[in-house]
Amino acid sequence: MLRFENVGMRYGRGPEILKDVSFALTPGSFHFLTGPSGAGKSSLLRLMYLAIRPSRGLIYMFDRDMSAARRRELAQLRRRIGVVFQEFRLIDHMSIVDNVALPLRVIGENPEIIDSHVREILSWVGLADHLNSRPMTLSGGQQQRVAIARAVINKPQLLLADEPTGNVDDEMGLRLMRLFVELNKMGTTVVVASHNEALIRHFKFPVMRLDAGEMTIKPQL
Amino acid sequence: MFGQMQRKTKKRRGDLPFEQDQSTRFLPWIIAPMVFLAIMSLAAVQMVGGVVESWDAQLSGSMTIQVPLRDSAAQEDRVARALAFAAATPGVVRAVEMEANTARALLEPWLGDAAADLPVPAIIEVKLAADAGLDGDIFSQRLADVVPGALVDDHRVWLDGLIGLAEIIMNSALAGLLLITASASAAVIYATRSGLTVHRQIIDLLHHMGAYDGYIARQFQKHFMRICARGGVIGSVLAALSLGAMFYVGRNIEATLLPPLTLSGVQFLSLAAIPVGTVVIALVTTRVTVLRVLARLP
Repeated sequence: MLRFENVGMRYGRGPEILKDVSFALTPGSFHFLTGPSGAGKSSLLRLMYLAIRPSRGLIYMFDRDMSAARRRELAQLRRRIGVVFQEFRLIDHMSIVDNVALPLRVIGENPEIIDSHVREILSWVGLADHLNSRPMTLSGGQQQRVAIARAVINKPQLLLADEPTGNVDDEMGLRLMRLFVELNKMGTTVVVASHNEALIRHFKFPVMRLDAGEMTIKPQL
Repeated sequence: MFGQMQRKTKKRRGDLPFEQDQSTRFLPWIIAPMVFLAIMSLAAVQMVGGVVESWDAQLSGSMTIQVPLRDSAAQEDRVARALAFAAATPGVVRAVEMEANTARALLEPWLGDAAADLPVPAIIEVKLAADAGLDGDIFSQRLADVVPGALVDDHRVWLDGLIGLAEIIMNSALAGLLLITASASAAVIYATRSGLTVHRQIIDLLHHMGAYDGYIARQFQKHFMRICARGGVIGSVLAALSLGAMFYVGRNIEATLLPPLTLSGVQFLSLAAIPVGTVVIALVTTRVTVLRVLARLP
């Protein structure tokens, strides 16, 4: 599914954010990614969703060497990755329906299929009554669920979530995590970046810990 | 509710909120004067070209001989000698004396009734073959030997000057057209880059979702096509009004030298192609600009 081999990352001539990071994710696995602020979690996630290229090392995704992938191929690979951003990144001028439909429109999906899938997924995250609302009219938890719905609408093989519970209370955080677990049970490989130690302990999944750019992996707790 | 959702989905224009984008609102008001100027420049090129062609057709291959009145008794003989000399010159197709009344009528607009009392020179119109290759100066010298005092007016000499002037005007108008095209392209490039900056977050999001560069470029193209078309329509309407006024005023000018200012159907079509061409230039410029900027993303 995903393999990092001695990956290093630095921005410009700055210090190395990630140092010799090596790990492999098997299909259908669930991992937490944790570590102190500035440890390189966001950079690692950005490398995983192909937003940046590593300064050194190799990344294999879906059995493909990313350094050799062409631009169009990278776009096709990104379609197999769902991302839940920490700051949601919902588009304010669009309704909830249009926000969630976006990944399907990008791949040119049939409008009728888009409508039925969007309705189904919004119902699954408990937002069936907010189809035509604008993101700014929703609470933080509701916005987070819209972001999750958008990330999973095209049934990604890899789901990456950056601090998905950071802006919601504990109860909502647990509910959101259960959504991820449910997706994982359906075969999606999940990586959740989180600071929340209690949450990590609660779900007992393997933990990738980053400290000053160096990674250690703890197996299932 | 499902129906309502479908209606909402179908109503959307694109993913990028261009309608909220202040940076491109000025563009129709830049494109409109450019389209106006481009149409007027091309119309000027075509009209001046038409005038030159008309002059060329009327005056090329002809000369005028003037036989001044020196001695009334000898005038008839002098004219006859000039006619005979012209007719015998190789390359001359026809040499005909202009009626004295016709010659006087040409002077009337300037001299009024006084023209009737003036000793008007005899005028001989000489028509040359297309490939005559006649040297006006040599012809003039030889004619003066046969008919002392006779003058030759070779139209080609001053026509060449006028054609030269007309060509400068046409080339200047064409250069103006190129500058206008370059300026319009620069305005579109600037507005596109500005749009890319304003909508950077959404573009990044679409990119992360796996949107091809063409998908994002098409949204910019549609937007800029719409606003350039708006500017093109405004500029075209203004140009049509101006040309209409010019033709109306030009039709009422009495001038023997200035042919009527007209444009053929094909020329009108070429003018109508300018707003269409502007939209095409905007489409290509936008696409190239967006694709070049997006190519910097990983």
